[in-house]
Amino acid sequence: MIIDLILLLFLVVSALAAVLMKDLLSTTVILGAYSLIMAIVWTRLNAVDVAFTEASVGAGITTMLIIAALSRTKRMEEDQRSEGIGRNSRRSEFRNFLLFIVAFVTCGILVYGTMDMPDYGDKNAPAQTHVAPRYIEKSYEEAGAINFVTAILANYRGYDTLGETTVIFTAGISVILLLRRKR
Amino acid sequence: MKDNIIVRTISRILIPFIQIYSLYVLAHGDLGPGGGFQGGVIIASSIILYVMVFGIEEGRKRVSEKTCDLLNPSGVLIYAGVGVAALLGGGVYLEYAALPIEPAHLASHLGIYGIEIGVFITVSAVMMTIFFETARHGDD
Amino acid sequence: MEMIELILGKYNYWIYIALMMIGFYATIAKENLIKKIIGLNIFQTAVFLFYISIGKVDGGTAPILWDKAVLYDNPLPHCLMLTGIVVSVSTTAVALALIIKIYKAYGTIEEDKILEMGEEEKTPTPGSWPQGSR
Repeated sequence: MIIDLILLLFLVVSALAAVLMKDLLSTTVILGAYSLIMAIVWTRLNAVDVAFTEASVGAGITTMLIIAALSRTKRMEEDQRSEGIGRNSRRSEFRNFLLFIVAFVTCGILVYGTMDMPDYGDKNAPAQTHVAPRYIEKSYEEAGAINFVTAILANYRGYDTLGETTVIFTAGISVILLLRRKR
Repeated sequence: MKDNIIVRTISRILIPFIQIYSLYVLAHGDLGPGGGFQGGVIIASSIILYVMVFGIEEGRKRVSEKTCDLLNPSGVLIYAGVGVAALLGGGVYLEYAALPIEPAHLASHLGIYGIEIGVFITVSAVMMTIFFETARHGDD
Repeated sequence: MEMIELILGKYNYWIYIALMMIGFYATIAKENLIKKIIGLNIFQTAVFLFYISIGKVDGGTAPILWDKAVLYDNPLPHCLMLTGIVVSVSTTAVALALIIKIYKAYGTIEEDKILEMGEEEKTPTPGSWPQGSR
């Protein structure tokens, strides 16, 4: 449990650092570290398929994409307060404070919402008792796969995976339409 | 990075092993963690490593634009094709028990493999396409 | 006493909500467009963490068939969040392509400067684009 707490503390600190820095290249590298620690946290929670995907996609593809976009635009974020003369700078600070209050109120509402939730790791929570036992018991006979997650993705919920593949294909087409150079 | 001999030598040795590992992850999708999506991303990473070390023109000679354009929709077509084959066999869309394969418990297994291959092809082609389009060319 | 039980049972949900709010604040309050996309990414991975923690069972093992296992974790949130990660990377890719086009058209990626430039030009006439884009 101590290791879990240390990993979560690292996550919060690196997320804060990524948001507050001005040099966007350093932010991207910290985002890569954040994705990797998130994959380790998911392995501690026994979600091995998801951790595999996040380690390959989050720490690999997303970091590479943001660096490629940075190489074609600006690297440094501009200071929000240096341009304003008097009136502009005060308005920007007031706006940031107001948005911070909005985030704080949303946090409060969400914490109030978790008061009714079952405890962490509860065996009799409603999430564990409705449809999951059927997937766990009958998965090998009906789907023929040892990995339950693959059996659900490809057999019980195969239509959702078709939609997910179409979403990736659409993203590829959109990037081609936006950025391809004509000869 | 063409002048850096350590990076060039190591990536020349490592890239075939990365590609074999991605095929291993695809094939063992239902025996352990893995599957089509993870394998597709790993094989795209190997091509991205090659382009980063040797330059984008070298990369374009290996994976031409026409190859990527042809592979992009083929995965989705294979996936939908498995569903249509189930329709032709007499069941509903994507019902593996209706596929025309003799031993009944093998039909679901082979249906899952067909789907994973479809996802693998599309994901790898799209990740390579996105990288080639967003990367900076020499005269940009 | 029941306050301590409450905190021990639910403290991890509160840490995940704190992570979500860091990402949410970065999305709405920062003005650089790439910083907004980074905040969106942090928000999305924190939401996936929240869902996967719902599926954890005390004493359960990974959801792969094993003859020595007594109790398994719930495999359903893993499957749903896998689709979520895929959608997240697709969204990031298209958003970054749009940001590259915006930089070519306006010359800057700070949101307030883009809005100022948009107001100065009023509506473009049909058949013409703002300032020299390809």
